[in-house]
Amino acid sequence: MGDVLVRIPVREQEPKVRATNFEEVCYGYNEEEAVEEASRCLNCKNAQCMKGCPVSINIPAFIEQVKNRNFEAAYQIISESSALPAVCGRVCPQESQCEGKCIRGIKGEPVAIGKLERFVADWARENGIKPKKADSLNGKKVAVIGSGPAGLTCAGDLAKLGYDVTIFEALHAAGGVLSYGIPEFRLPKDKVVAAEVENVKSLGVKIETNVVIGKSIKIDELMEEEGFEAVFIGSGAGLPRFMGIPGEQANGVFSANEFLTRNNLMKAFKEGYETPISRGKKVVVVGGGNVAMDAARTALRLGAETHIVYRRGEDELPARKEEVHHAKEEGIIFDLLQNPTEILVDENGWVKGIRIIKMELGEPDASGRRSPVEIPGSEYEIECDTVIMSLGTSPNPLISSTTIGLDINRRKCIIANEETGATSKEGVYAGGDAVTGAATVILAMGAGKAAAKGIHEFLSNK
Amino acid sequence: MYPIVRKEKLADQIILMDIKAPRVAKECLPGQFIIAKVDEVGERIPLTICDYDREKETVTIVVQTIGAGTMRMMDLNEGDELADFVGPLGCASELCMEENLEETKKKSIVFIAGGLGTAPVYPQVKWLHEHGVDVDVIMGSRTKDLLFYIDEMKAVAKNVYVTTDDGTYGFHGNGCQQLEALVGEGKHYDTCVAIGPMIMMKFVCVLTKKLEIPTIVSMNPIMVDGTGMCGACRLMVGGEVKFACVDGPEFDGHLVDFDQAMKRQQQYKTEEGRAKLAYEEGDTHHGGCGHCGGDK
Repeated sequence: MGDVLVRIPVREQEPKVRATNFEEVCYGYNEEEAVEEASRCLNCKNAQCMKGCPVSINIPAFIEQVKNRNFEAAYQIISESSALPAVCGRVCPQESQCEGKCIRGIKGEPVAIGKLERFVADWARENGIKPKKADSLNGKKVAVIGSGPAGLTCAGDLAKLGYDVTIFEALHAAGGVLSYGIPEFRLPKDKVVAAEVENVKSLGVKIETNVVIGKSIKIDELMEEEGFEAVFIGSGAGLPRFMGIPGEQANGVFSANEFLTRNNLMKAFKEGYETPISRGKKVVVVGGGNVAMDAARTALRLGAETHIVYRRGEDELPARKEEVHHAKEEGIIFDLLQNPTEILVDENGWVKGIRIIKMELGEPDASGRRSPVEIPGSEYEIECDTVIMSLGTSPNPLISSTTIGLDINRRKCIIANEETGATSKEGVYAGGDAVTGAATVILAMGAGKAAAKGIHEFLSNK
Repeated sequence: MYPIVRKEKLADQIILMDIKAPRVAKECLPGQFIIAKVDEVGERIPLTICDYDREKETVTIVVQTIGAGTMRMMDLNEGDELADFVGPLGCASELCMEENLEETKKKSIVFIAGGLGTAPVYPQVKWLHEHGVDVDVIMGSRTKDLLFYIDEMKAVAKNVYVTTDDGTYGFHGNGCQQLEALVGEGKHYDTCVAIGPMIMMKFVCVLTKKLEIPTIVSMNPIMVDGTGMCGACRLMVGGEVKFACVDGPEFDGHLVDFDQAMKRQQQYKTEEGRAKLAYEEGDTHHGGCGHCGGDK
């Protein structure tokens, strides 16, 4: 037994090797490692970790089962609360949630809850264990819009309660941001995402792809003509932002959404797939969030020298520390406290460079972050052939503009009650990025969970 | 899966297909488009809706060979299926909306269809005809062999003027020249709808600006999702960034920055060419040319 203050290290692909492939970066724990790490858990009576979990997984209970090698029991405990444990174990910001509250973390390193969750979910998949289905069906139909983390969670929870749930997905594959946004090397599509979607389907949930709500059919029609008694909107925040600087329409300027969708959903990196992608020689990614890290690390793997240009400093990077660390290991160059002012375009309309101004941090703004201020006269140019804008996204108005009586706020987000997901329209619930604007997978799952409860209460009392 | 219930060759490299797609057939309106995908490895291909049958639950699309994806789609036959078919996408044509009908009836409208543009023009002309609005249509193509739907168009339009660039059929010249000739003869139009290759729409707009005829164009830029998510289809209209997939595809042609839109359309040209060659040549390619590195 090693030092209890230190967590069992997790094996990863060598940075130099993984920078040239799309295989998963982190290998995860094996049985021995998982059991040993689980034994570091103090099994606190008043478990702080659970309070940090947006879907309230009974963390000490599942870890106890891992410690005793009852992996199937551990899986059933997790799946009572989470429809997507193999996803969450990989992409949740555990450091600021469950692990951030772990008592072990006061003196040493917190228990690796995320890696244990991942281990349990992977073990269950490899051993063919499925989540438990509802004992009986109640015959009530609920429509879920969007098959991302919010929608899958809401659908899974409702199916477990006996509802007849259909998910409508606009794209040709289920998963939402898990399919089009997060890259293969962080979240394998066939092995993990497709398998988790299958698990939700095994609960009885139907998924109809290629249906754009607001275009193919409207919410009012779903309720009036197709017999759905309640609707959950988990359509995400799909619209990309651009900077509005000169040259932004040039060839070679992409939104992170486009670049990642081509690569992840449409598998442009894989031999045999027809979708083209621009494999730049020198790529500048603008932005500092998780999506920026994903775009940069994808461009790097496609063979480019890749820079991240972010207007604030390292401490302000919104991306998870682990992602920044991985990106640096792989050779991404961080140009911090810098901001683009213009994209330089050649005579054929292609990007040839980007003009950057250096920044310094001023006083904290309303969000509490120190706002960046331009340093006059500090402009310089970087030569590049591709620019990827990763500046965040906002909700798509397709649904709100076609649904009678659905209120939105100034930021075009759907207004919904935080505890129940209820919107201004009776029977219609919403959650995830469509309500909050771009946030995380797990927060969307938390909202999907809350809405499932809200819908259940609404339909039980109807 | 979406079955192909009818396939017809219209012209060289141009085919028509009726696809069984109940949700799309129920909701679609003239001016809108769909995105189709042949199979797992295929691209998402945006295609305009050429016709629809709400009872048979079918949508008619017209496909022309552009890249590997369209070639493989054209190789499919009746009874085969498309893996994906999503829509209707984009906004319906404002001329073909019930609420605008009174206004539309007051107008004297000319449509100019260039090449494959006949496909999206046809349902608009048909809809207007069914709603008591008769319009003139100019149908142009490079040469006789590329013309299609002339009889169908004649059945729903007041006058149909066919042009070919090489003079092998109809008026010898292009759509612009035909429009100029008609106006010269004393025809009066107060609305023009031009749909076809971007270069053709650009020149129609140059002409109609001079003739002071407000002109609607339908833009067909590169797209991925078709729901506003990727921004690949962005274009400048009157100095503002618009997404063709959700704000369009129809725009005021006099405000569109065509030069930029045409440059943007070239973005993946090399990659598309490579994929098409790989498909055409199949196993016959051995990478011996020394230029392509074996991947074409």
